[in-house]
Amino acid sequence: MTIPNGPDGPTQVEIFRRMALLKANDDYTRKMVTGGKLFIPYYSYRGQEVIPAAAFVNLTDQDYLCTIYRGIHDLLSKGLPLPLLWSEIAGRSSGACGGKGGPMHLTYPEKGVMVTTGIVGSSMPIANGLAWGSQLSGDGRVAVATFGDAASNIGAFHESLNMASVWKLPVIFLCQNNQFGEHTPFAKATSCEKIADRAASYGMPGIHVDGNDPIAMYNAMAEAVARARAGEGPTLIEAMTYRFHGHVFGDKDEYMDKAVKAEAIANDPYPRFRAKLIADGTATEDQLAKMEADIQAEIEAAANAAWEAPFPDVAELTTDVYGEVA
Amino acid sequence: MSDTATQAKPMMVVAALNQALADAMADDEKVLILGEDVADPEGGGVSGVTKGLSTRFGDKRVKSTPISEQAIIGAAIGASLVGYKPVAEIMMMNFTTVAMDMIVNHAAKLRYMSGGHTGVPIVIRCMTGAGFGTGGQHSDFWEAWFSHVAGMKVVLPSNAEDAYGLMRSAIDDPDPVLFIEAMPNYWTPSAPPETGHRVPLGKARVALEGTDITIVTYSRMVNEALGAAAKLAEAGISAEVVDLRTVQPWDEETVLASVGKTGRLIVTHEAVTPFGVGAEIAAVVQEKLFGKLKSPVTRIGAAFTPVPFSKPLESAYLPDAAKIVEAATKLVKG
Repeated sequence: MTIPNGPDGPTQVEIFRRMALLKANDDYTRKMVTGGKLFIPYYSYRGQEVIPAAAFVNLTDQDYLCTIYRGIHDLLSKGLPLPLLWSEIAGRSSGACGGKGGPMHLTYPEKGVMVTTGIVGSSMPIANGLAWGSQLSGDGRVAVATFGDAASNIGAFHESLNMASVWKLPVIFLCQNNQFGEHTPFAKATSCEKIADRAASYGMPGIHVDGNDPIAMYNAMAEAVARARAGEGPTLIEAMTYRFHGHVFGDKDEYMDKAVKAEAIANDPYPRFRAKLIADGTATEDQLAKMEADIQAEIEAAANAAWEAPFPDVAELTTDVYGEVA
Repeated sequence: MSDTATQAKPMMVVAALNQALADAMADDEKVLILGEDVADPEGGGVSGVTKGLSTRFGDKRVKSTPISEQAIIGAAIGASLVGYKPVAEIMMMNFTTVAMDMIVNHAAKLRYMSGGHTGVPIVIRCMTGAGFGTGGQHSDFWEAWFSHVAGMKVVLPSNAEDAYGLMRSAIDDPDPVLFIEAMPNYWTPSAPPETGHRVPLGKARVALEGTDITIVTYSRMVNEALGAAAKLAEAGISAEVVDLRTVQPWDEETVLASVGKTGRLIVTHEAVTPFGVGAEIAAVVQEKLFGKLKSPVTRIGAAFTPVPFSKPLESAYLPDAAKIVEAATKLVKG
């Protein structure tokens, strides 16, 4: 296994570009929900952008992703195009799923986005199957299942990690520990201090990493991807982060400790990483400002195009239930 | 049935299924098998349906799994999304409950929720059926549950030839197919299948032609219905027996044609009567043939109880030929 040396300058800028895309997209989505333009249950990922931004620069378009309902950051970082995202969450026929999936079921196989599930824990059993396919065909692809801390308490987690280890599958279990399972704090629902420790039960490495540190996150994922591609089996990564908003956007989030939340927001990794890139000369202020402006324009263009796009014809209601029998 | 088939040595359902899986694996290297104890070192399946397959096709394509039903179906779904055609065994039908999320929320819905960008061509095999004293958690027929889910197909063969042909079609099919095998039928010999033969999903078979009453059924109850028809014939009642073979989708055309002819219908299945497949068929038949019915549509299923253990209770629980004869006689002769 190769020990990563950390992301080089251009890779760090790419990680930042993805963080900027994810943050701006979350900000704009909340704005559209608040303004009544977008009528969806929205599970904000604000605060968790570093994880997929830094982790997924280690992946190719051919690698697979199974994510969850709080997963639009994962999807965008894996390459789901903004126009397909926005027209889908607006329920338009031009959406990634023709308006039939919505924000919780986005799918885009062209970039390896195979499943987005609305069921806690269910990304993992399916990721195993994708990885099994890679193992059989020997194509070197890896599968990534993302999930939250609460999903490590559901049976699917344990069944999946055990099988992945027994079968030595090229799969990475990427837990985004945002400290809450819906409204319940991590410690109140989870029997161990670190989810990464659970990896020992399944005979696989468990990596506990600061998911708000882009360099550490990149390195952890690089190590897991190298293991998977080398045929050495699965890895569990627990990436520590914090969810800036309530479970579903608009809830009163009274169950979140105000001081802890304020501290987490004050430590927002986004401005910190931005400042670091400029301070160490990896990027310039002008370069990043232009990047942010371009991203903002792309998001607004995608959203505006979505509002103008037609809804699906009602004849679409009954298509895609079954495929064509040859 | 071909001349060669009628002359050939009878085959048991378990052997026909084994042959169907072997032929499918030989024809298409994307066909995979996974499940508890399915590989030869573990016995080739607890009933021997997958015997010999791991030896012939290798342990990469035929994999014994941990006892982890969610992980089994999840692995099948994932592999199917990337071009494989897994046949997953969930040993007993009752164990599907452990994998319900994977089957119902994922396998059945991914095609629709992705707007047709993905599909889940998997077969989920399971066995079930009362009669062996396996009691309340190893014997249930839950075909109605799964038939209620858009995206699922549900198949229940009654004999060797259909078991082979339906399995080949199920593996060819682009969507998830739940393939329910009646345990008490496994070792019943019947006409053998022709290699490569397909029975299209959703197509019923008229197992016996008749004019006075239609008995619609499937799985193990087909033999009971045929037994009942023989008894009824002695009493001068001509019963037509329709073997649905697939309950989702069910062959409305064949059923309506038969009931249009006889004017009377009994639907019988081993599953409990309330909210069962019989209720769905009865609803459609009264809707489409209201003026042509000579008697009320009658359902004969198991008692609405968990499957009991003790033999007299188990026998009382099950529908059988005698119950069909009694009901049919009453409907025809009043």
